[in-house]
Amino acid sequence: MTEKITAKDINEQDKALLSDLQDALANCMKCGNCMEVCPVYKEVGKEAAVARGKLSLMEGVLKGSIPLSAAFDAAMSKCVSCKACTAKCPCGVPADELILRGRQAAVKARGLHPIKKKVFALLKNRHLFDFSLRMAGIFGPLSFKKIPGKMAALARFPMPGMDYKRVTAPFASTPLRSQYPEVIKVDRPTMRVGFFTGCTINYIYTDVGQSVINVLKENNIEVTMPSMQHCCGTPVYMSGDVDSAKILAKHNIETFDSYNFDYIVSACGSCTEAFRIEFPHLFHDDPKMSAMTEKLAKKTYEISEFLIDIVKIDKTKLGPVNATVTMHDPCHMARGIKVTKQPREVLKSIPGLHFVEMKAPDRCCGSGGSFSLGNYELSRKINDKKIADIASTNADTVVTSCGTCRMHLTDGLFQNNMNQDALHVIQLLDRSYKAGHQK
Amino acid sequence: MEKHHINALKEIVGEENVLTSVEDLYCYSYDATPGHAHMPDAVVSPANTAETSKILKLANENHIPVYTRGSGTNLSAGCVPTKGGIVLLMTRLNKILEVDLENLVAVAEPGVIVADLNKEIASLGLIYPPDPGTVATATLGGTVAENAGGLRGLKYGVSKHYVMGLEVVLANGDIMNTGGKNVKDVSGYDMTKLFTGSEGTLCVITKIISKLVPAPEAKKAMMAIFKDLDNAGKAVSAIIAAKIIPATLEIMDNATIRTVEDYAKVGLPLDAEAVLLIEVDGNPIVVEKEAEKVMEALKANHADLVQIAKDDAERDKLWAARRAALPALAKLRPTTYVEDATVPRNKVPDFLREVSSIAKRHNVTIGTFGHAGDGNMHPTIVCDIRIPEEMERVYQAMDEMFKAAIALGGTLSGEHGIGLGKLPWMEQQHGLVTMNAMRSIKRALDPNLILNPGKLVGEC
Ligand SMILES: Cc1cc2nc3c(=O)[nH]c(=O)nc-3n(C[C@H](O)[C@H](O)[C@H](O)COP(=O)(O)OP(=O)(O)OC[C@H]3O[C@@H](n4cnc5c(N)ncnc54)[C@H](O)[C@@H]3O)c2cc1C
Ligand code: SF4
Ligand code: SF4
Ligand code: SF4
Repeated sequence: MTEKITAKDINEQDKALLSDLQDALANCMKCGNCMEVCPVYKEVGKEAAVARGKLSLMEGVLKGSIPLSAAFDAAMSKCVSCKACTAKCPCGVPADELILRGRQAAVKARGLHPIKKKVFALLKNRHLFDFSLRMAGIFGPLSFKKIPGKMAALARFPMPGMDYKRVTAPFASTPLRSQYPEVIKVDRPTMRVGFFTGCTINYIYTDVGQSVINVLKENNIEVTMPSMQHCCGTPVYMSGDVDSAKILAKHNIETFDSYNFDYIVSACGSCTEAFRIEFPHLFHDDPKMSAMTEKLAKKTYEISEFLIDIVKIDKTKLGPVNATVTMHDPCHMARGIKVTKQPREVLKSIPGLHFVEMKAPDRCCGSGGSFSLGNYELSRKINDKKIADIASTNADTVVTSCGTCRMHLTDGLFQNNMNQDALHVIQLLDRSYKAGHQK
Repeated sequence: MEKHHINALKEIVGEENVLTSVEDLYCYSYDATPGHAHMPDAVVSPANTAETSKILKLANENHIPVYTRGSGTNLSAGCVPTKGGIVLLMTRLNKILEVDLENLVAVAEPGVIVADLNKEIASLGLIYPPDPGTVATATLGGTVAENAGGLRGLKYGVSKHYVMGLEVVLANGDIMNTGGKNVKDVSGYDMTKLFTGSEGTLCVITKIISKLVPAPEAKKAMMAIFKDLDNAGKAVSAIIAAKIIPATLEIMDNATIRTVEDYAKVGLPLDAEAVLLIEVDGNPIVVEKEAEKVMEALKANHADLVQIAKDDAERDKLWAARRAALPALAKLRPTTYVEDATVPRNKVPDFLREVSSIAKRHNVTIGTFGHAGDGNMHPTIVCDIRIPEEMERVYQAMDEMFKAAIALGGTLSGEHGIGLGKLPWMEQQHGLVTMNAMRSIKRALDPNLILNPGKLVGEC
């Protein structure tokens, strides 16, 4: 099983990638505080599963004590990137980011692998291919090699987790962006925003996208969904493929920049984080891209955050929604962009809605991007804890702000024979506006 | 270790509970102590006492070293498998077996996390008081084996005051029970106390019978800032002399104050020589009275500023500075040594002054905070273990620091244990006679020297 690639085989470039990590790794004092919060460690119970162990393994690779093996790769992939360790760390070690770097190193080493070589060759000649071909080229072999033939048609879409037993939402017959004109006009618009849909909302949860559009229209905002936008690249970035992630990021940045929007909104913590934190990070040493990226980062908002902080919605227009609702904070909302108050404020402004807080609402739901692709059983176990917490609130609806979370929660509710609805926060607000019109 | 030993271990605990890949072994080569690491040959996690016994029998017959491990958060290299062999991971034994409300006793397995025990009994109005900084991660077995203390040590004592009985497996695999639920028990040598704090060198603990106490109904926190260290010392003595035993009586020195202020901006004056954090707890009426007396003692000893928390939010604010002490110091430099040299309560100011002059002399950064009430100090040295020249100075400073503690009638370790880290100074503190007596005990219980060999009493 162990791949024959050892530390010796890594070329100079890979070594450079890891060695600038040395200082960051040295800051871990091995106190083990991360054991308290790591959802993966709680299930697996082995040191290699917790941040302290993963960072040590990276140190081991750097020192040449252990090989850049398949087992190292597997250890790095056992992380849902929930940032709980980073939030807990007394030394301020950004463990989740470092683990990602470890994964990138493993990917680089695996670059010697034939499939990987082919992808890189493709990318090098990228001008010869149109974008969709690149998508297939990048995502096909990397993210979907474990998926059986009949799913092959979906391979151009980087969604995690297509386990046989698993409930995933069906792909929409018409993607969101094909349901609307590019620019959705309103009379006397107060502002012009660009809606970054992300893959999940465009291809699967079009209902969320419709709600976003409805709610923005209610507030006299002109919405544009740039037709050239594409996947934010987070899935490939998370699986360690920085080069491909950069191509996707650059494409999105240039696309959105060309419209000169007042604001950019998205309905997902991870997507917002991509624009606000990851893109600037990817291009920090590229002066030309960096300026453009920073400018976009400053005007990007998550939808609840946008409605509460910028639009300051008029709550008198809202009608009653009779539901008992609890909320799951996606990791990338809670610890990524740190937006937890605004979605609650949205819910609390809806008349008739009874909000109940669940235990540890910001504990990861176990989906973690492509994590659940290779680790479904484990991610199911983490999710079962979340489902139990939802059950104990007696809520009839659980809302969240991330498509991946919603999908994983839906799956979990189904597997545990529960019939609560799993929705996006914005869908309840949309309902409330509709009820307001009937008043 | 040979292949057939590994196979025999797999037979005992099952294939999936024996780790041998180089990646997994690497992850058990260290604990929370800087500068110590060594690879084991196998990591074995038993499910129960019977399996533990079989593993030890096998190890003993084949002279394979065994390093027992809980969560690996100790600060004395107690878990580092310096001679290879087996890391015996106790975290699968994680059940709370019984909460006996009539005797106020809990019976639990060693892998239970201390905070989980407290969560379980909180609804019953009870607490298990030993609360090291790592309550949320450390195991009950690890805290008993280290005789861990914590912030509430002054009033509530440390682990040994709560352990009433144990089930342990001896080096040869024999299973032995000590103590029990009796509040009074003088039958024979007190083996329970001997094993508590034995750091995995005498036995493997497989069950713990521990005392529980009623949770205090009320708490009151106070903070005092002193421009003069001696006044802080006198205030501590005055509080105790007023016959008040606070649950918490913490001190931070000037180096720590400056670091905390720089990091957390909690509003501490940079020229303060000491900050005291005091918390009294118990019956609400008594708590009010005691808090009053504490405030009087603080003012009488010329505290430059005193504050008392009116509610939970204010309590949190007062605690924020103390909570920030370690994170603030740890962020200064890559390597952090949290030491725990301890001196008699009235010697705390002398010791703090010693430490800051040692730090200056060797040009080393040391911030000291700790439990002023029980004299248990945490001189925290921050440095970079990758710079040999700096480490030379750090070791010299450590050496002088430990010697200073001993000279003041203190001890090397108040709660973190000896392990390997403080071994070089053991004879200096105890003398040869005591060391030999300890080594005789070790040899009597572990003739083949397989349990955590080389630690606590050194080679024997
Ligand atoms: C940031 C930080 C703060 C800390 N604060 C405190 C504090 O305030 N007070 C304090 O006392 N300590 C403190 N510690 C030290 C540490 O948390 C304690 O020593 C704790 O008791 C260790 O528990 P553990 O489960 O991690 O044990 P481990 O580190 O796994 O083991 C500790 C020792 O016990 C032995 N051992 C473990 N389990 C068993 C068993 N079942 N049978 C026999 N021997 C066993 C091991 O061989 C080892 O020698 C702190 C550590 C850190 C990193
Ligand atoms: S909490 Fe931070 S310093 Fe502590 S072990 Fe985890 S990563 Fe390292
Ligand atoms: S990011 Fe989450 S899953 Fe990954 S190591 Fe940290 S706590 Fe564990
Ligand atoms: S799916 Fe949701 S909870 Fe899970 S990792 Fe992503 S954001 Fe976190």
